[in-house]
This record gives sequence, structure tokens and C-alpha cells, in this order.
Amino acid sequence: MAQPTFTFEDRDGQPTVRLTGRLVTQYLNLVEDAFSGTTVNGPSLRLDLSALDALDTGGAWLIAHLQARLEGDGVTVDLTGADADRTALLRTVREALPSEKGVEDIPRGLLVWISVVGAKTAGVGALMASLLSFTGEMLASLFGNILRPRRWRPAALVSQMQDAGFNAIPIVVLMSFLIGVVLSFQGASQLRQFGAEVFVVDLIAISILRELGILLTAIIVAGRSGSAFTASIGSMKVREELDAMRTLGLDPMEVLVLPRVIALIIMLPILGFIANISGLIGGALMSWIELGVSPGMFVTRLQENTDVWHLAIGMIKAPFFAAVIGVVSCWQAMQVRGSADSVGHQTTISVVQSIFLVIVVDAMFSIFFAEIGL
Amino acid sequence: MSDTEREAVIKVRGLVNRFGTQVVHDNLDLDVWRGEVLGIVGGSGTGKSVLLRTIVGLNQPAAGTINVLGADVLHGSRAERLQAERRWGVAFQDGALFSSLTVMQNVMAPMREHLNLSHALMCALGQLKISLVGLPPLACGKLPSELSGGMRKRAALARALSLDPEIVFLDEPTAGLDPIGAAAYDDLIDELKRSLGLTVFMVTHDLDSLYAICDRIAVLAEKKVLVEGPIEGMTDVDHPWVQEYFTGPRARAAQSKT
Repeated sequence: MAQPTFTFEDRDGQPTVRLTGRLVTQYLNLVEDAFSGTTVNGPSLRLDLSALDALDTGGAWLIAHLQARLEGDGVTVDLTGADADRTALLRTVREALPSEKGVEDIPRGLLVWISVVGAKTAGVGALMASLLSFTGEMLASLFGNILRPRRWRPAALVSQMQDAGFNAIPIVVLMSFLIGVVLSFQGASQLRQFGAEVFVVDLIAISILRELGILLTAIIVAGRSGSAFTASIGSMKVREELDAMRTLGLDPMEVLVLPRVIALIIMLPILGFIANISGLIGGALMSWIELGVSPGMFVTRLQENTDVWHLAIGMIKAPFFAAVIGVVSCWQAMQVRGSADSVGHQTTISVVQSIFLVIVVDAMFSIFFAEIGL
Repeated sequence: MSDTEREAVIKVRGLVNRFGTQVVHDNLDLDVWRGEVLGIVGGSGTGKSVLLRTIVGLNQPAAGTINVLGADVLHGSRAERLQAERRWGVAFQDGALFSSLTVMQNVMAPMREHLNLSHALMCALGQLKISLVGLPPLACGKLPSELSGGMRKRAALARALSLDPEIVFLDEPTAGLDPIGAAAYDDLIDELKRSLGLTVFMVTHDLDSLYAICDRIAVLAEKKVLVEGPIEGMTDVDHPWVQEYFTGPRARAAQSKT
């Protein structure tokens, strides 16, 4: 295919541009500079198109743009050698030349970056208010329905309990078992130096029952079910399903949010308990292999030395973690705006914020229980 | 125009499309001539969109050959397919604009991929395409979610025109537009067809569009192209669906407008 050429010549005092070849979008980069570098001193310029093999809107734009620029400088431009089709194309493009400049790209630069940081910082307050108001709405909906069993949604609740709870058992069991094994192994190698191997039981029991079992379960559930809540409700929002529900007199809070949050509040303590058992089994197994602490001795020491409050403290925290995960992920779903991209963005935020808030709540519980002396 | 003068830019021969046991197309033949606007009509489920998707390579048919601009799009080499793909543009029903990009970035996306142009030139060409389809310059920086349905369809057309294609495929271009917007879109297609020399392959239900801008109409029924030709001849076709479609009250209303 013939590439386009641009020749500028002075024929009898008449500046002339001769164009040849295929002046199409694909080859514009070859002649772009020649077009933009053209300046004319005389009163007029002749553009000879008779040798052009092809012209499309891209090529026509270059010609029309040159024409407009030169005419702005007071130079008349004569087009010669264009047939009817090309004249029509040039006229269409000429008329479509944007008169005012459009918004081009998103502005960039340091100042913009600083202003974005500022806006985000200022937005934290609004974000908190929005989360609080969502929580309030949810509680209002909960208390509005709690005394009206006809409006409960057992089917949705059970299905969410299966999705978020029952189906998570394998991963929670595996994770917790491995944590028990790791704790026991690491603890043993340290305690052996002091001949205090048998205290590994206390180490495992207290750390798993009080903190790790429930915290790690909450983190897994946040990653597994919290993200699913945000993504599913968020994409429903994109497809206007939530608006459709409202017009049908269904409250998304009641239909979508409450079953999910309640399912988590019921299932997370159960999952946490399963994680505790599994972690203890992992720890006991490793102590037996590594330190020779028999399962019988493990159970005896567990009963004698570990206060039942350790278990209780872990279990008390579980419903609070569940509420945090459920509320944050459903609230983030409501922040989805417009596009598919936004669903992914909010899902990421939802997981990060739920895990962060779960750890914050855990820290607050630690301080609280330390203050009351448990 | 006689057959020797006109050039078939799309040639479909013996096309068979099957989904499970359901046969959608059975030995379908179709020609699209350069420079014409061809309207594809047919009842629901007759495979209008499937035909469009098959021609542009989004659906692998069970049998048949498809030749677009001289390239065998089904069995040709990858390079041959790519070459053909750059010479057509597709505007999907609801736009299918990339939701994370602005309108301008959407229009520039194919140029970035396939052409070696400077950023400034691509911006200028993007603005030109956006202005050609009748969108205001302010629309350039907007995200697809901030546009109305009609504007999204125009933006999709601008993206389809991005590489200066010879053929444009339109899937239900006027569906969901108000009558004024639909008429303006029809005028736009007609004007672009004439000034840019486009060939337009249009799946539509809109009788007004059929009367206003289509040079020829192909009716899909009974798993093949039942009849093709200018709209004036359609009322003479002896087939119950075609009769009902082109002589019904809506058809008469559309006809009386032209």
C-alpha cells in the first residue's frame, strides 16, 4: 500500500501542497509533522488532492485542520482535484471540527495529588457518618421487624447461613488446625530450653481460645463472605435491581442486608468454636509428636490450668466481629456507583475495612477485659 | 445497479448455527453490498443477533463460510482475521462502553491498540469522531454511567468509527430511544453512510428506521433469509409473518411518514 507523501513547492509564486498516496488514519503519523509545520507567507495556498489514492476521516481531519489554521491567519486555501465524494467528506469533517476544546484527560500533577489527599482526609468524617447512618437504618429495620414474625425471611437466612457459615467449615478447620500445629511447634522449641515443655498446653489453649481461633476465623470470613456480600449486592445495585425492589415495596435493607448480617452473627460464633476445637487438636497432636505430651495429659492440663473464661472471652467477641463484617460489607455495597469497575473497587475496600475494624474491635475488647480483670 | 457493478463486502454461505438441539440458522446465505444500509428483521428468536455475532466472529457456527472484505473470517489465519477486524466497527445494543474509561478514552482505545499515532493526534481524532456522532464536546470527559441511553448509543457508534471502518454493524441502534432521538440517530447513520461511504449492517425492529434509511431489507424466518430486497417489495411477499410485519398498523404509520 502506498504511503502518503506531502510535498510543498512554490509554483510560479503560488505555494502548492501536493498530496499523494493513501492519506488514511493508519499512516497519519508519517505526514503529521509536515502538516503542522506548514506556514505560508503569501496570500493563498493551493492544496492539490488529485493524486490521492485514498482519504478517510483521519486524513480529512488533517486537511480540514490545516485549512482552518491557515484561514485563521488570513490565508485562503484552494482545494483542487477533489471529486464529489471527497468534497462531501471534507465538508462533513470541517463542520464537525470541535469549536471549543473538550475536556481532555483527568488532570494530573502534584497539586492535584495533594488536593486528592486533602479531599480524602476531609471525606473520612463523612464516611463515618455514612457508616453510622447505615448501621442505624439497619437497626431500625431489625427492631421494626423483630416483633413481626410474618416478615422474617427464614429461607434467605438459612441460605446465607449455609453460604457464609456451613460452606466455610473446611477452610476454617484446616486453617485453625495448622495454626495449632505451628504454635505448638514454635512454643515447644522455646519452652524446651527451660525444661518447661508441659506449659505448651497453656500456651496453645490460651492463645487459641482467647484470641487466635476467633480472630483468624473472622478474617477468613471477612475475605470469603464479606467480599461476596459487597460484590453481589453491589452488582445488583449497578443493574438497578435495588431500585426495582424499592418500587415493588420491598426494602433492600430487610430483604438483602438483614438476612446476611444475622446469618453471620449466628454462624461466626459456631465457626469460631469449630476453629477452637480444631486448633486444640492440631496443638495436641504436635505436642504429642514433638514433646511426648500424651493426649490424656493434654486434656488433664487443659481442664486444670485453663480457666473457662478464656473460651468465653473468645466467644463473646464473635458476634461483634460478625456484625462489623456484615455491616461494613453491606454498607460498602451501597456505595457502589454506576460501573462494574466500582464493584471491584468497593469489594476491595470492604475486605480491607472489615479486617481492619475487626482488629480494632479486638484491641478494644482486650483493653476492656484487662480492665475488668479477666 | 447491476450485479456486475456492485461488490459484496460480506458473503455468508451455507451458515448453520445450532445451540444444543435447537437449530437457529440452517443453510443461510446472505450478501451485503458495498455502500448500502442493510436492515435485518425477524421475529424474536430468529437469530438476528446471532447472525451479527457470527459474522463478527463472536460465535463459532457449526458449518458454513463467511467472507468479509475478501477475508475468510472463520477459517483464515489470525493475521487475515485481524486485518479484517480493523476494517469493521461494531456498536452493541447498550453500547458496551468500557465502564472505567471516559467517552474520549473509549473512542481512543482502538487507536491506541492498533495505530502508531501521537497522543495529540489521537485526541484530535477522538474529538472529531465524538463530534461526528453529534455528541457535545463536554461528553468527552464523562464516564459511560453518566450518559443517557441515547448518548451511550452515540458514544458506542463513535468508538465503532474510531478506526475509520468500511463496515459498521449496529445491533438494535434505535431500541429504547425516544422517537425524536431515534429519528436523529437514523439521520446520523444516513449522513455518515453517505459522507464516509460506510456499509451498514443493522439489526433492527424499528419500522421507521427501515423506511427511512435502509436500502435493502433481509427478513430472517424459517432459519434462513426468507426474502431480501427493498422495502417497497415486502408487502407483496406471501408469508404470514412478513405480511403481518409490513402491513400491520405500525408499518402503515411508518410508511405514511416517508
